[in-house]
Amino acid sequence: MIETRERALLSGNEAIARGAWEAGVRVASAYPGTPSTETLQALVTYEDVDTRWATNEKVAVDVALGASLGGARALAVMKHVGLNVAADTFMTAAYTGVGAGLVIMVADDPGMHSSQNEQDTRLYARMGLVPLLEPSDSQEAKDFTKLGFEVSERFDTPVLLRSTTRISHNRGIVVLEDRAEVPVGGFHPDPSKYVMLPAYARGRHPVVLERLTRLTTYAEELVTEEGADTRVGIVTAGVPYQYVKEVLPEARILKLGMTFPVPVERIRSFAAGVERLVVVEELEPFLEETLKAAGIHVEGKAYFPRTGELSPDLVHDGFAALGLVEPRSSAPTPPPTVVRPPLLCAGCPHTVPYWSLKRLGAVVTGDIGCYTLAALEPLATMDTCVSMGASIGMATGLAASGGADKPVVATIGDSTFLHGGVPALMDAVYNQADITVVILDNGTVAMTGGQEHPGTGRTLSGEETRAVDLPALCRAIGVDDLHVVDPYDVSATLRAIEQAMAHRGPSVVITYRPCIEAPVRIKDRPFWVDADACTACQLCMNLGCPAILWTSETFEGRRKVTIDTEMCTGCTLCAQLCPPRAILPVQEVGS
Amino acid sequence: MSARGVVLAGVGGQGVVLASAVLAEAALQSGFEVKQSEVHGMAQRGGAVVSHIRYGDTVASPIVPLATADVLAGFEWAEALRWLPYLAPGGALVVDARRIVPPGACRDHRRWGVPYPPLDPTSIAGRTGAVVLIDATGIAGTLGNVKAANSVVMGAVSRFLDLSDAAWEKAIARFVPPRTVDLNIEAFHAGQQAETLDPADIPELGLDPLPERHYHIDVNEAWCKDCGICPSICPEFCLALDDAHRLVVVDEEACTGCRLCEVLCPDFAIRIVTPVGAQGGAR
Repeated sequence: MIETRERALLSGNEAIARGAWEAGVRVASAYPGTPSTETLQALVTYEDVDTRWATNEKVAVDVALGASLGGARALAVMKHVGLNVAADTFMTAAYTGVGAGLVIMVADDPGMHSSQNEQDTRLYARMGLVPLLEPSDSQEAKDFTKLGFEVSERFDTPVLLRSTTRISHNRGIVVLEDRAEVPVGGFHPDPSKYVMLPAYARGRHPVVLERLTRLTTYAEELVTEEGADTRVGIVTAGVPYQYVKEVLPEARILKLGMTFPVPVERIRSFAAGVERLVVVEELEPFLEETLKAAGIHVEGKAYFPRTGELSPDLVHDGFAALGLVEPRSSAPTPPPTVVRPPLLCAGCPHTVPYWSLKRLGAVVTGDIGCYTLAALEPLATMDTCVSMGASIGMATGLAASGGADKPVVATIGDSTFLHGGVPALMDAVYNQADITVVILDNGTVAMTGGQEHPGTGRTLSGEETRAVDLPALCRAIGVDDLHVVDPYDVSATLRAIEQAMAHRGPSVVITYRPCIEAPVRIKDRPFWVDADACTACQLCMNLGCPAILWTSETFEGRRKVTIDTEMCTGCTLCAQLCPPRAILPVQEVGS
Repeated sequence: MSARGVVLAGVGGQGVVLASAVLAEAALQSGFEVKQSEVHGMAQRGGAVVSHIRYGDTVASPIVPLATADVLAGFEWAEALRWLPYLAPGGALVVDARRIVPPGACRDHRRWGVPYPPLDPTSIAGRTGAVVLIDATGIAGTLGNVKAANSVVMGAVSRFLDLSDAAWEKAIARFVPPRTVDLNIEAFHAGQQAETLDPADIPELGLDPLPERHYHIDVNEAWCKDCGICPSICPEFCLALDDAHRLVVVDEEACTGCRLCEVLCPDFAIRIVTPVGAQGGAR
């Protein structure tokens, strides 16, 4: 992975990894989350960096802060909602400051390509009084990462590096440089700085505010000003800068590299040189409100959407509404086409647990992972999905409410359970919640592409390590009614979940089967449909397997099915269900 | 040179992301600035995948603005249509004549139709320049591996871009699995020469809606012992046991007439009846 060429096409995430490596980072910790995941997967390919998956984002920031206090440059990486999990440490790390440089990379997901909300991380910077850098392409992603470590050490503060999906997953040209060897500075105990007792913390808050004043001045150094047309001045940062350049290449632009603290006085003088001032920013009116509070007349969210991702077209529309460009010719509409919803994979071991819950009838709280797709037809067996680990506590609350007319079942993946579900299961046992928890153990973080976690027995760098024993963990917590079952055994899974649901008090069913995509792609002998025997009953179709499709043939007015043998993994689930036994394994040639 | 825009669209697993990496690399090899943007995440689960590539002397936006793409490449017909608004007036449409029916669209248990659009380029006449409809999957299969269909498509795309064969070949060699480099380069050249198909030669899918049918679920309560077999098998959840453990018909409308309940009932207590007057008459 180490690029020997001078210039390389790198994604934003790869560029941030490269920047961290060039900056001499020694410890990096992360929990996978789209669109941030590839950052650590790129960094682990470089030498001299201790790169590791954390149990969750809070642990990742704890580890990075500890490494920083030990005098090693450290990086923590997460998606935007991960910072909610890490917020406890983050907010007080602002008070402790750092040892060696500490950069916290957070990838926002405007438009929610793969997220449950589109919160704006800049608001965390303001709440924590921590500086935030915002790159606008892959080159800046690398440069700002390196700069982040310098700013962190110079101002004794953690530094937020805000990416977005469009930065993280955009490839651009990056000029590569060598690694700077930064020696480990060692840990220097300083209780008044690192032990945040109330008495010590009171002493640190004014330090943070004084630091913020100096950072505001410093933020002025990170602006770039360009363009000759002073009829309008545009304040922007991040990928919206690229859209502004696309639509108004001649306009006067002030691009911020640091969007918190906002270099307000620099913007005030910029405003004095243009006829009108416009802010173009994604999501919240963060810069706009700051400037308005400072008494600077500025236009912004009245013309650009506050929800979703910006695009060159939306920026064009905003400028057109401002009278700065001609409107686009009316937006071309796509011709009618078929919807293509994402589905659980063929052979997904999460299929039967949800199929069983649909059969049995339950109020099902869901969680974050591939299995959230079970909320969609035909399984359509999920009633809630909110945040990492929320399924178990929400199930406890739903059961306590007395308002659920069916048994309450929480469903949660193995990595999500370890990330945020364990405390909630302890709570359920402690308070004897009348719920069933189904732990969908597929031995990987599947949704983000199959990463290792503390239950897999392998580290990010591929080394063997101790794996958390989920049944033993549940027993240690005090779960008495515990079932472990193979979700490829349809009747056993159905029975285990049925028994657990009948149990009064907390019960756990662990459905264990490795993901068919990771760590290795599993492909067994595929199945086919004997069309002469198929009665088109749709039992197999209602599993939601993407390898099962309708054909042009019918039986008594219903469509018969066929199996895409390329896609079929040979899991046997449909064959187990088929009443006329029309689904058969493909016989090998010669057998 | 002002920025060139190319949009590649397909379905998860078709190699759209790999193909876009090859194009971006070929443009980089040719000395251009390049930006390439795609969205990961849910797209990996059989959903739509799209990638934007822009290259030129300078490139600002990593996203191709609407109605400005020089080339739209569809690795599949319905996906080509989905992203058509990105194609510039007069831009080239390259499309594999493959049709991937979304399993998620096989859901209408009343009419049994799939709303997959007819493969008919005349339906979008006037919205494109050249249309190159090729059997990329078939060509790749002939060469030995259907997975090289993406290289066949990119060969056809290359006809409309100003990148040298040497740059393309170098880029392919860099990104495809080492054992498949020769195959993919061969597939690429086959795509450069592939003939445009006559849509009239492509068979219809045969997934149009069927006549609607309705059924009555006739339970003989004197014979039914509420054993629970039929509600546990009914694919459409028409039957259930109530709180008193009595069999009830909860959703007769959803019955598709599969008669699993009728066949499996040990007491011959249930019968599926096509009401008089409905299509097919009474049984």
